[in-house]
Amino acid sequence: MANRRSQSATAQSPSPSLFSQPIHPGSAISATDFSVLEVRRILESADLLEAENPFRRAERLAKRRVALLFYESSTRTRTSFELAAKALGADTTLVSSLSSSIEKGESLKDTGITLKALGAECIILRSPYSGGPYLLARATGLPVLNAGDGMAEHPSQALLDLRTILQFLQIAPRKIGEKALRGVTVTICGDILHSRVARSNALLLPRLGANVVLCGPPALLPETAACMTPGIVIERDFDAALRASTIVMMLRIQAERLSGLQIDLDDYRSRYQANADRIAVHAPKALLMHPGPIIRGMEITAEVADGPQSAIAQQVHNGVAIRMALLVRALGEAKKGARR
Amino acid sequence: MTAKPVLVRNGRLIDPASNTDAPRDLLLRNGKVADLSAPGKIKVRDADVIDAKGLVVAPGLIDIHVHLREPGQGYKETIATGSDAAAAGGFTTVCAMPNTTPINDSPEITRWMQSPDRGATVAVLPIAAATVGSRGEFLTNYAALKDAGAVAVTDDGRPILGDDIMLQALRAAASQALPVIQHAEDTRLTGGCSMNAGALAFRLGLRGMPVEAESSLVERDINLVRKVPNAHLHVAHLSTKKALDAVRAARKSGLHVTCEITPHHFALTEDRIGLYDTNAKMNPPLRGESDRAAMIEGLLDGTIDAIATDHAPHAAHEKEQEFDCAPNGIIGLETALGLAIRILHIEHKMPLAKVLALLTARPAQALGLQGKGTLATGSSADLVLFDPAATWTFHAAGSKSTSKNTPFDGWELSGRLQTTIAVGRVVFGK
Repeated sequence: MANRRSQSATAQSPSPSLFSQPIHPGSAISATDFSVLEVRRILESADLLEAENPFRRAERLAKRRVALLFYESSTRTRTSFELAAKALGADTTLVSSLSSSIEKGESLKDTGITLKALGAECIILRSPYSGGPYLLARATGLPVLNAGDGMAEHPSQALLDLRTILQFLQIAPRKIGEKALRGVTVTICGDILHSRVARSNALLLPRLGANVVLCGPPALLPETAACMTPGIVIERDFDAALRASTIVMMLRIQAERLSGLQIDLDDYRSRYQANADRIAVHAPKALLMHPGPIIRGMEITAEVADGPQSAIAQQVHNGVAIRMALLVRALGEAKKGARR
Repeated sequence: MTAKPVLVRNGRLIDPASNTDAPRDLLLRNGKVADLSAPGKIKVRDADVIDAKGLVVAPGLIDIHVHLREPGQGYKETIATGSDAAAAGGFTTVCAMPNTTPINDSPEITRWMQSPDRGATVAVLPIAAATVGSRGEFLTNYAALKDAGAVAVTDDGRPILGDDIMLQALRAAASQALPVIQHAEDTRLTGGCSMNAGALAFRLGLRGMPVEAESSLVERDINLVRKVPNAHLHVAHLSTKKALDAVRAARKSGLHVTCEITPHHFALTEDRIGLYDTNAKMNPPLRGESDRAAMIEGLLDGTIDAIATDHAPHAAHEKEQEFDCAPNGIIGLETALGLAIRILHIEHKMPLAKVLALLTARPAQALGLQGKGTLATGSSADLVLFDPAATWTFHAAGSKSTSKNTPFDGWELSGRLQTTIAVGRVVFGK
């Protein structure tokens, strides 16, 4: 029996808990990671990088190594992060769950350590699990850019949405401050419960002075959503929300996360669909946004998605500039040594 | 082998079972309390003397809810290491849950767990599965399990949802005078959930377990207890005000319903999760402040019968995962006394004797553990010596448990343990 005990004694790990390890300050995991001043700098940097000569731009992160680690499918986010990294001259590699040792059961922690050993200096992670990026950041000590984690957050989407909103309102990034969006009402409508885009936007926009209205049926929008941060209200009547809105963000119903929840889709469409009649009557001047992927005929009709008020293509376009700014923020500081 | 007698002298004896709180010397001989007298009265030659000056001498603590992981999960814990951790926390009796590999649903495994070959340093009393394989279909053989040493039956972790099978379990257990322990969670309401439901779960993007998943099953079980004469329901690790209120009402109406709560449910709220720290992931989940306050209330007013740790060791690689993927549970044996003294005695002014009762006499009574939880003359020489005024810092890395999963790493606790004696033998000592 003494033997059984001594074995366990040698198995003791002297290292402190993974959960007390620091997170690299260049990480972008939550929309709350950025101060208002940092938001301004990121958006200014996005403008600058977008306008820059492509050959000079490609020297900024020349030969730096960026890994894209994707545990969920993605078109927009993955492509724009990859194009952003390449535009800055970085080498990129894509690891996705279907073509890697993830399939063999390798943990996120071990995958991160492996990527670091291969020379990755920054990891862009999409995870089906809320909080995954924190684990990866603690395990590797590298800057981690959150490309969407479970139902939790999608901060780069919130920033590119902000850029789109500012362009529409003709507000220059240098004007960004705590009152920049005063008087602007942004309605986010749809499956709020399962949406990381909704959470990141709802956490970011009120800090710049915007009113955020969340809209949707109780099953997809619990009352507790309004507790997230001050400046958020819930409005169940979509038409009323539209009448108050400068900006309208539509969300799809995330069928893959419903987990048994039953939604009457006909009823949903009649109450919450952004269709031409409804928009013409209640929000004829509002900007219509959608983070994609859109399900035409469900939360938004083709007419509205492709219509003159739609900013959907502009949002996608803005993704590259914002993600360039986040990569420079993450890696530009690495040379000076990570602050801890 | 007959060990030398042990004289514990100059201590302050607190024995809640006999309502004693007085200076006493104790003589331990042949594993029993042989004598109990005013200081200096016991004359004995050739005894090992333990000076307990400035220390509280209390019955060895009893934890009626631990997971020792044997058989089958020795990488998390063994009965040997788990009992070492128990001794280091002042416990001399622990009741081991049946969710092992294989599940303890047989007299053979129940006996195997109690074999001297397991190397336990404190008493390990198995709690057997209530149904075969804990599948909730067919009852196990309660008479045979009791005969083999099981002190209760439960499908802990896989709650018994079916009304019929729960009713059968209560009937069969009543005929053997065994309690049925229920992990009260209606799992039909908690699929995919990893924390308490509410605003924080929404903010973190995690699915939340509603309070009703616990309280509705407690209410259901209480209604079933009404139908069975002499049935005894024991609610494991209760965590919500709503369920506690149901237990309180059931007790008032004369039903034999008991309950336990864990130190973490009176010490912590869901805020401890922070940025997805899996050392704060357990089931039942940490709740909000109003539920935590209700747990303190239930301890103070006596509705809660016992503090039980739900000691649940998991390997680092299992806990170092995404929050949704990590297993539930934390180790708890070495922090229970320190948390109880700090939070209940010092912060909430609960008399020390009452705190100790929740860790000794009352859990013994709740599960009907004969001769346990008291230091009356003739009882088992299980005792703990600690300095109630001393504070100390708990370091997970120094835990005797094979696993280190705890949310209390680095916490300052009260009541420093000096010595643990089980059946007259020192099993832990500084």
